Amino acid sequence: MTETAALSQQNIITTKDLDANDIQLILDTADSFKEISTRAIKKVPTLRGRTIINLFFEPSTRTRTSFEIAGKRLSADVINISGAGSSVVKGESLIDTAKNLEAMSPDILVVRHNCSGAPSLISEFVNCPVINAGDGMHEHPSQSFLDLLTIREHKGSLKGLKVAIVGDIAHSRVARSNIQAMQTMGMKVKVVAPPTLIPVGIEKMGVDVCYDLGQGIKDADVIMILRIQLERQNQGLLSSLREYSNYFCLTTNHLSNVSDETLIIHPGPVNRGIEISLDVLEGPRSMILNQVTNGVAVRMALFYLLLGESDANPN
Amino acid sequence: MSSILLNQKDIARAISRISHEILEKNKGAENIALIGIRTRGVTFSSRLKQKITDIENTDVPLGALDITLYRDDLGTGLQKPQLKKTEIAFALEGKHVVLCDDVLFTGRTIRAAIDALMDFGRPASVQLAVLIDRGHRELPIRPDYVGKNLPTPKSKRVQVHLKEIDEEDKVIIQEPVK
Repeated sequence: MTETAALSQQNIITTKDLDANDIQLILDTADSFKEISTRAIKKVPTLRGRTIINLFFEPSTRTRTSFEIAGKRLSADVINISGAGSSVVKGESLIDTAKNLEAMSPDILVVRHNCSGAPSLISEFVNCPVINAGDGMHEHPSQSFLDLLTIREHKGSLKGLKVAIVGDIAHSRVARSNIQAMQTMGMKVKVVAPPTLIPVGIEKMGVDVCYDLGQGIKDADVIMILRIQLERQNQGLLSSLREYSNYFCLTTNHLSNVSDETLIIHPGPVNRGIEISLDVLEGPRSMILNQVTNGVAVRMALFYLLLGESDANPN
Repeated sequence: MSSILLNQKDIARAISRISHEILEKNKGAENIALIGIRTRGVTFSSRLKQKITDIENTDVPLGALDITLYRDDLGTGLQKPQLKKTEIAFALEGKHVVLCDDVLFTGRTIRAAIDALMDFGRPASVQLAVLIDRGHRELPIRPDYVGKNLPTPKSKRVQVHLKEIDEEDKVIIQEPVK
């Protein structure tokens, strides 16, 4: 009689693995979880006695805190390991680290790594579910779910919406995860950037390409601005940051030509004045803090849905 | 194979009687709050609210509770239920909360519901209204208001159908599905 909930996947590595039902289930479940964060006592006993390990080989504030809070609001024991303070600095290999953590029987591993494919590799050596919290230039699935949840909340549904993704598409795991998930949900994606920041062959993903900001965002229901990755700006892809910002910084001038209903999202961290102007960032159409709030709910949903059988099965 | 134990009129009479009992026991509708347990407890609670409003001509706060996150059988091999929203938009402090569910059986759902309620605040009291009590309690829990006691073999399935969800009002008993 009761509807049941099950994902088609054991691990969350890429949005490519997930079909529309999976994504729908994640968003619906996250929507139900939002209420917990508004209670006086922001905690439910669901994952009592479960252990979640956050294995972060790359700096992160938002994502790591978000996963940690999500686990704690479900009563799980959350352990944070950062690359800098771990045996990695002593030369331990990724697989050895994973196997050793596995020996302590965690229930879920959350992995962020600067190499694409690291979470997928780890998932082959451990028995518990692995969530990719961002791997190199590959994917960042939970970011894409929180983006979709934010959009759905404001637009009612996802199907048929037009999205313009603006910025460093080539290096962005957020862009890749989102392009795949958005297309699965029936949305139309356009990427907007200077040619050097658009990967060769991106048309094969079924997206439109545009090299002009004003043109690119004209009919968009959602504008997603990506961070210019300052750490990658020594590769000669841009002649200067100032030039990039002259052509691609989203300002109120651009917004005068788009609908009042257009949402602006950004995965953070923001470079104020480089990819987005101050007044747009703090304007009424900016959903950036809603995204962060939704991030906790989405990660609670992933933990809940991935929760496996407990070892001490009483039946 | 299934047979009908209660029909639409029986259910309507039970709801009417329970509404009067709630008002009698709490000496009116003041400080009462109804909270339905998803899914059919919510329908049951909104019908009680309607009836109480008709009788006393006053509004009673109504909430909905999803107890999934408080279940004691998550991760034990059963499929996980789809999580639905909990909506309690009023403070529980000082309220006489009437928890509403369609069928009372082992009592485990009610245990979970009481735990969930306590996370929202400290009600003056918690009472329990059920449409059907079929016995077989596994926890020390008893209802305050009962539509009908139906002593049934533990192996059978008792199902409450309510118009809002199932198109008609009836209570049926079924042979267990293998």
